[in-house]
Amino acid sequence: MKTREKIIEALLKISALVTVLTTIGIILVLSIQSFSFFQEVSILDFVTDTEWTPLFAQKHFGILPLLSGTLIVTFIAIGFALPVGLSIAIYLNEFAPKKFKAIVKPVLELLAAVPTVVYGFFALTVVTPFLQNFYPDLGGFNALSAGLVMGIMIIPFISSLSEDALSAVPKSLREAAYGMGSTRFQTAFKVTVPAASSGIVVSVILAISRAIGETMIVAIAAGQQPRLTLDPTVPIETITAYIVQVSLGDVPHGSIEYKTIFAAGITLFIFTFILNNISFYIKKKYQEKYE
Amino acid sequence: MGANNNRLKDKIFQYWGMTCTIMGLVLLAVFIGNIIVEGIGRIDWAFLTNLPSRRPGKAGIYTAMMGSVWILFLTASIAFPLGVASAIYLEEYGTKSRLNNILEINISNLAGVPSIIYGLLGLEVFVRIFGLGGSVLAGAMTLSLLILPIIIVATREAIKAVPKSIKEASFAMGATKWQTIWNQILPSSFGGILTGVILALSRAVGEAAPLIVVGALAYVPFAPSTPMDEFTVMPIQIFNWVSRPQHGFSVNASAAIIVLLAITFLMNGIAVYFRNKWQKKVKW
Repeated sequence: MKTREKIIEALLKISALVTVLTTIGIILVLSIQSFSFFQEVSILDFVTDTEWTPLFAQKHFGILPLLSGTLIVTFIAIGFALPVGLSIAIYLNEFAPKKFKAIVKPVLELLAAVPTVVYGFFALTVVTPFLQNFYPDLGGFNALSAGLVMGIMIIPFISSLSEDALSAVPKSLREAAYGMGSTRFQTAFKVTVPAASSGIVVSVILAISRAIGETMIVAIAAGQQPRLTLDPTVPIETITAYIVQVSLGDVPHGSIEYKTIFAAGITLFIFTFILNNISFYIKKKYQEKYE
Repeated sequence: MGANNNRLKDKIFQYWGMTCTIMGLVLLAVFIGNIIVEGIGRIDWAFLTNLPSRRPGKAGIYTAMMGSVWILFLTASIAFPLGVASAIYLEEYGTKSRLNNILEINISNLAGVPSIIYGLLGLEVFVRIFGLGGSVLAGAMTLSLLILPIIIVATREAIKAVPKSIKEASFAMGATKWQTIWNQILPSSFGGILTGVILALSRAVGEAAPLIVVGALAYVPFAPSTPMDEFTVMPIQIFNWVSRPQHGFSVNASAAIIVLLAITFLMNGIAVYFRNKWQKKVKW
């Protein structure tokens, strides 16, 4: 009996360690390939060169164009999803009837369950042609449509997680505000939103991290032309879309082109790693504030 | 004056919040409606059973659908036992230990790693080092690692919800730790675990990026018949059709999206059903 229990515990422990091996694997794979990449390309060129053309005869390895592409799409997505998602969270929490909230919240969460290729199709075939009605110079591939559609995708991350945080604010605080004669608007913006701010910030950081790592929407709708620009109307390329582009082609293992996807990958990983740790830190630090 | 002003602000925000919420719902409706209008006419038996083709009118989603079924089946068989076992360990064994703390931080970090990074991991480890090539098995192993954090988190929540009294009663009857887990804790938390697993699998069915990196092909002439065969999945087939200029392929993409969305929403529906049923049945 004793030995059986011990064996089972050991097996369970091994399963739990798979997650640790995954992390170690990710870090090792990205570091080893990137290390070998940086023996051929100087890090200084990587972070300062303004062109990214590893697949051309005249090779340049500047990550900045991919980074600017990633950031501009993320910026548009968050710029759209943050005000809308937060308004929805506050509305559902403070204004809407309970029944309405019980139905609407899970329906909105469906937006996050839709596969991202589907959003890419939507951005390319519906949103871009629609925007071209107002702005005919808009490219067939552009950061604007991809960013807006990505914003739609991440609305539920912000609205649902922020609403959870708002709901967790103790009732007494809200009732005290109403007792003082506050309107719902004042209660929301002066009491519940500040009290739930750490949860809201965490939800926004998670949304940003999700937007930076999102792949298929940008691979379909934003184009495959790395360029250092802040213009959202022209085709660009993000880090993730570049990795897809190379993976679809026939790049031999061990070549410099093959290594570029790991160098691009480690850049992406560092960004999301920092964001995830900030949100983890905020969650740990503030989670028991009102308990 | 001040009071009126405040009431006005309150009303304005109410309408603004309502507008945002309705806009979200309308966007979802427009988006689904638009795809249905374009693609529904294209779905017939031949579309579901035809092999891929250069001509949009003859192309079908059979290979992609079978690829997705293979991926779903293999991913479930790898990730389900592994995820549930990890969650049991975290919740019932090394609690409060240093290792547990590390595991916890690690899992929350993994949940935030972009899916394409898992693709890079799978490409080096499963495809090259393990020598699996661009096979269904390599793809399923990659996706298993991707959804493992989701399954672990959901399983832990479900196990946590089982009241202590049940556990203590079992121990008092002389049951060992594992007997308690196997006979008491797992059966009473099974609904919650199942919900988490189905939601995680519905995420796996929609993934394209990590599989493209691992080497799933856009064009595969036949459906896989063993785990070592090359494959494609529905999201990659859709991606491939979307990238082509002919209108016929765009219609095909819409039709395939309808099938994919039906599968995804069905899985989400089943998960919600299990969650509700489980919450209702189990009243402590």
